[in-house]
Amino acid sequence: MKGLEPLPTVDRGSVVPGSDMQWQRIVWPVVVFVAGIVLWDLVVRIGEIPPYLLPGPLLVFKTLIADWPVLSESLGVTLLTALEGFIAAAVGGIALALLFNQSKWLEYSLLPYAIVLQVTPVIAIAPLMLIYLPQQTAVVVCAWIVAFFPVLANTTLGLNSVDRNLAGLFQLYRASRWQVLRYLKLPAALPFILGGLRIAGGLSLIGAVAAEIAAGAAGAGSGLAYRISESSYRLNIPRMFAALLLLSVAGIVIYMLLALVSHGLLRRWHESALRKEK
Amino acid sequence: MVEPALSSSDAPTAVRLRGVTKVYDNGTVALGPLDLDIRKGEFVSLLGSSGCGKSTALRLIAGLIAPSAGTLDVAARSSGHAIGFVFQEPTLMPWSTIRENVRLPLKLAHMPDAQSTARVDEVLAQVGLADFAGAYPRELSGGMKMRASLARALVTEPDILLMDEPFAALDEITRFRLNNDLLALWRELGKTVIFVTHSVFESVYLSQRVVVMTSRPGRVSAECRIESAEPRDDAFRTSMAYAGYCRDVSQALMAASDAAFNETKARA
Repeated sequence: MKGLEPLPTVDRGSVVPGSDMQWQRIVWPVVVFVAGIVLWDLVVRIGEIPPYLLPGPLLVFKTLIADWPVLSESLGVTLLTALEGFIAAAVGGIALALLFNQSKWLEYSLLPYAIVLQVTPVIAIAPLMLIYLPQQTAVVVCAWIVAFFPVLANTTLGLNSVDRNLAGLFQLYRASRWQVLRYLKLPAALPFILGGLRIAGGLSLIGAVAAEIAAGAAGAGSGLAYRISESSYRLNIPRMFAALLLLSVAGIVIYMLLALVSHGLLRRWHESALRKEK
Repeated sequence: MVEPALSSSDAPTAVRLRGVTKVYDNGTVALGPLDLDIRKGEFVSLLGSSGCGKSTALRLIAGLIAPSAGTLDVAARSSGHAIGFVFQEPTLMPWSTIRENVRLPLKLAHMPDAQSTARVDEVLAQVGLADFAGAYPRELSGGMKMRASLARALVTEPDILLMDEPFAALDEITRFRLNNDLLALWRELGKTVIFVTHSVFESVYLSQRVVVMTSRPGRVSAECRIESAEPRDDAFRTSMAYAGYCRDVSQALMAASDAAFNETKARA
């Protein structure tokens, strides 16, 4: 069969990186950061504020260096807790959303309880968890509770957002439920799942910190949150700030790592990851 | 009710609808009763105003929805052969390359990739997209996406090709080109084509027979045979014969619209 004349080849991949926009995305946050540090330092110096009320940025940095052995160990503990909570939330949220998608009966039965978990403040659940579960397990469960719902909600939304005509096409070719899930629903839901995971990454850290504070109050724990509480009791405010700084940096790194994974998976086809063409 | 006019050829019937109606869950009577015969290898256009049930008829023939009443006999479906469907939108999977989009029906039929690649490449060459197999849908123009959609519909070598206003969203020049390409493929492959459109000009240019439908609920109002001896090319578009057929089909469409309007008025 001879078919139609081939179409002329065009330079379809000529996406010009937005180089001027790229550097602006880095430069402006750095400018704001530096301005904030300078302002903070000026406020402390001009106001002669004592370090036990508000330490200057230089003192916080010095404390971070001096206390690094203690703080880094605590950071490791908190990050491990957050990671375990995140993995549990990712696996549990995606798995439950898949089950909901396959069975409406299951969705109607379990969704209200998932919402109950979401709307109950973790700080109120944590003491109960610490009574019923071993300390480390309780902390991970709290991180999971906080991070779980966005993954479940986003994945459910993604699985239900499949193009109607594409679904019709799969029906036309008599695709099995497994084929519909593998070739249609999961790829279509991927941007939603990744969006949920990005939210869950930060929330798992928040959940871990909240549970650690509760555990610390109970007299145990060595995560960063415990170090913050301990520093607060001892009026070691510079260390408190150093620990807070580490938590913020950890949160930013988690978000950036997940954004990087998301970009890698979506960069070829999804609008959210495509660069503007010029 | 207009009696269904059979194709002049002796070809067997590919699609037969008798008293088919479709009432949606919300009570909307979208179609019928509809009687229609389409012969194997025939190119038939279903023409009507928006919302007259043309797409519903196509989805019924494809088996995507079930009729509320009447009998529907689609030879390809009962013999287990594939049906190709081209939607109004290209309906490609944005996460897959054009090759993988076209391969989809074969993948769903559990054909290993090693076996299907040759067929996929062949059909991509047929629609002129051989050089774009590795591209993603977003990298193609609207017309090229429709070609990819057409390739996917053809990859299973279907007996019937159902096309639901496939070129409606394209610019005029691209539409003309794709009209010509579709006719070339139809002549070459000899498939039965049922083409839904609301364009009188497109239906006359492409079809052997134009079935004019009334407004909702859609029924056959008239049928016009396009039996011009002239080849369907750009010269045909400007010929007197083409203008004459367009006038006849337009009048039939206006009559269907007026009849539906009067019927609604009488009911009110």
